[in-house]
Amino acid sequence: MIAVRLNGESRTFDDGTTVEAMLKVLGLGPQRVAVERNRRLVERAAYQTTFLADGDAIEVVHLVGGG
Amino acid sequence: MTDSLEIAGRGFRSRLFLGTGKYPSFDVMKQALERSGTEVVTVAVRRVNLDDRGRGESLLDHVDPSRYLILPNTAGCYTADEAVRTARLAREALGTEWIKLEVIGDRRTLFPDNEALLEAARTLVSEGFVVLPYMGDDPVLARKLEDLGCPAVMPLAAPIGSGLGIRNPHNLRIIIETAKVPVIVDAGVGTASDAAVAMEIGCHGVLMNTGVAEAKDPILMADAMRLAVEAGRKAFLAGRIPKKSHAAASSPLDGRIE
Repeated sequence: MIAVRLNGESRTFDDGTTVEAMLKVLGLGPQRVAVERNRRLVERAAYQTTFLADGDAIEVVHLVGGG
Repeated sequence: MTDSLEIAGRGFRSRLFLGTGKYPSFDVMKQALERSGTEVVTVAVRRVNLDDRGRGESLLDHVDPSRYLILPNTAGCYTADEAVRTARLAREALGTEWIKLEVIGDRRTLFPDNEALLEAARTLVSEGFVVLPYMGDDPVLARKLEDLGCPAVMPLAAPIGSGLGIRNPHNLRIIIETAKVPVIVDAGVGTASDAAVAMEIGCHGVLMNTGVAEAKDPILMADAMRLAVEAGRKAFLAGRIPKKSHAAASSPLDGRIE
């Protein structure tokens, strides 16, 4: 198991989980969200090839109302 | 005569930019956007609520990207690094290079940190972003932001959400006189006359959110703001009369009866 901080919360994922797989587990479509791993943007094209690692800080964001 | 606003090669017929926060519902927001005639709407970038996913409606279900330029902001960022990271996330989520850059320097007033703003703007311009900076009403800062490649500058009229109106028209006027890029007043507009004043001074556009979203009737206020921006713009183009300290009769003096 891999333990990460996801949007500030502790979460665990199976070994070998990619960003794409993480989004699937979370029930999020890749459209309209964006992902950061350890303060670096993960481009959509790299979701399949980016693996989560123990201790990662992951941010998953979307767009909300604002000024 | 067409009178369109051009920023970074993109033309806009409407000079009113509208935010999408604080509306009582998505339905009211959607109607307010339509009534305002706006072509640019701002949005914020926030963490997905992992406990609420799939249940809440998404903002983007209610804002048609073929109709509006969706302008993400970096609201709530207090450092250049946070703002740059947020802009990169916004670009990935939306597929747009455009960013309303905010770097806040003070929690109570939400005044911008102008030093960090310059730093973040420099980085983002170098990465190909179209950077529209929310800034203090400082003409020197406006020039620096323009020089480093911002295609418009967005000085505040008053603190964000305050509705205090155009607090320093003289600084805005100097910015307009000296800037070679469009000047969009961003923040502080509370009612229609504020928007009209900004446009009469010669601002090229007005960005607002709270003034519309928290009005008793946001849809009607959106309509009022549309008219105010148009009226102010036309008055500016028409050229107002100079102010005099005494009367000047409108009716002819000759030919009066005796």
